[in-house]
Amino acid sequence: MSALLQLAMTFGMLSVLAVGGGTAVLPEMQTILAQRFNIDHTAFVHIYSLGQLAPGPNMLMVLVFGFQIAGLLGAGVVLLSFFLPSSMLCLAVGRLWNKIGERPWRRAVQSALEPIAIGLMCSGVYAVAKAAIVGPLSIALALVVFGLLLRTRINPVYLILGAGAVGALLMHLTGMQ
Amino acid sequence: MSDSASTQTTPLWLIFREFLLIGAVSFGGGIVAYERILLVDKRKWLTPDDFMATLAISQTMPGLNSVNLALLAGDRLRGFFGACVACVGLILPGGLFVLIAGVAYSEGADHPMMNILLAGIAAGATGLLASITYTIGDQHFRHMRSLSMIVATFVLMSVLKLSLVTVLLIMAPIGLFLYRPRKEEISSK
Repeated sequence: MSALLQLAMTFGMLSVLAVGGGTAVLPEMQTILAQRFNIDHTAFVHIYSLGQLAPGPNMLMVLVFGFQIAGLLGAGVVLLSFFLPSSMLCLAVGRLWNKIGERPWRRAVQSALEPIAIGLMCSGVYAVAKAAIVGPLSIALALVVFGLLLRTRINPVYLILGAGAVGALLMHLTGMQ
Repeated sequence: MSDSASTQTTPLWLIFREFLLIGAVSFGGGIVAYERILLVDKRKWLTPDDFMATLAISQTMPGLNSVNLALLAGDRLRGFFGACVACVGLILPGGLFVLIAGVAYSEGADHPMMNILLAGIAAGATGLLASITYTIGDQHFRHMRSLSMIVATFVLMSVLKLSLVTVLLIMAPIGLFLYRPRKEEISSK
């Protein structure tokens, strides 16, 4: 019971702090999951990465953390606590907005949050990279995927699966990481 | 906002089905683009201007932009229940997908082959996250004001390792001050 309550509090808080999209809370989520729920950084990155293969919003892998910590009930608690608070807030403010119309300070709030969200995303890249980059091979794979995504329009899912297959083959053959 | 007969009677199942479809086919991200096609082009549920206004609120409020957008669009069409079915439709397919993948991961995490496969997948996902951050940040990295905000946020979060609440309590007031609405900008519009 206390694990479920703690899950609800944790993901409820992350929900309302998710400025500029869910990616901004990645570093905080990684830290909290390691400290309070014993999910180490490698497992965090594995589950995060698997989540990127799924269709739909890119943070649905939070359900897997709930599942690992407290089974299906845990996944349900995480689903509600991660999506309900921010959704209720957004609905309430959205309705208010339809009534009062655009105001200069809405633009100011968005402009102020954008660079903060990007800074947090940079922290997210750093946090994920620290756990995912374990040697020259993983650096090379990440850089190739990064470059291809910026230069081509290949669907990221194929590139991530490709990185998995190529990486597994090379690691198996060379023993490199 | 017009309350024409056609928007009043948009069936809930249709809203659910359309967002379910996006939730099921949007492999590799870019959901907001799918939502724009649905809302503006395919069903004409929102005008382009309404879409941009709704997107702006989705981006200003916490939470995932794609989910917020679905909520606000569903709310405009059919109120609270419209918002619910749009949101549930959007996250249902991916939610089931990650749960199945998660169960498989829990079962096979110790298998050596699974581990080297996941190492490559994690490296690929790092490249993806970096490219998304680079693309979104592109314009912001070139301006002193936003670049210093980005660097300060990163340092507080990753170097000083402050909690997210603390980082936001420090950075949000600074950001609001730097980007406060100016009188001359308002009157010139």
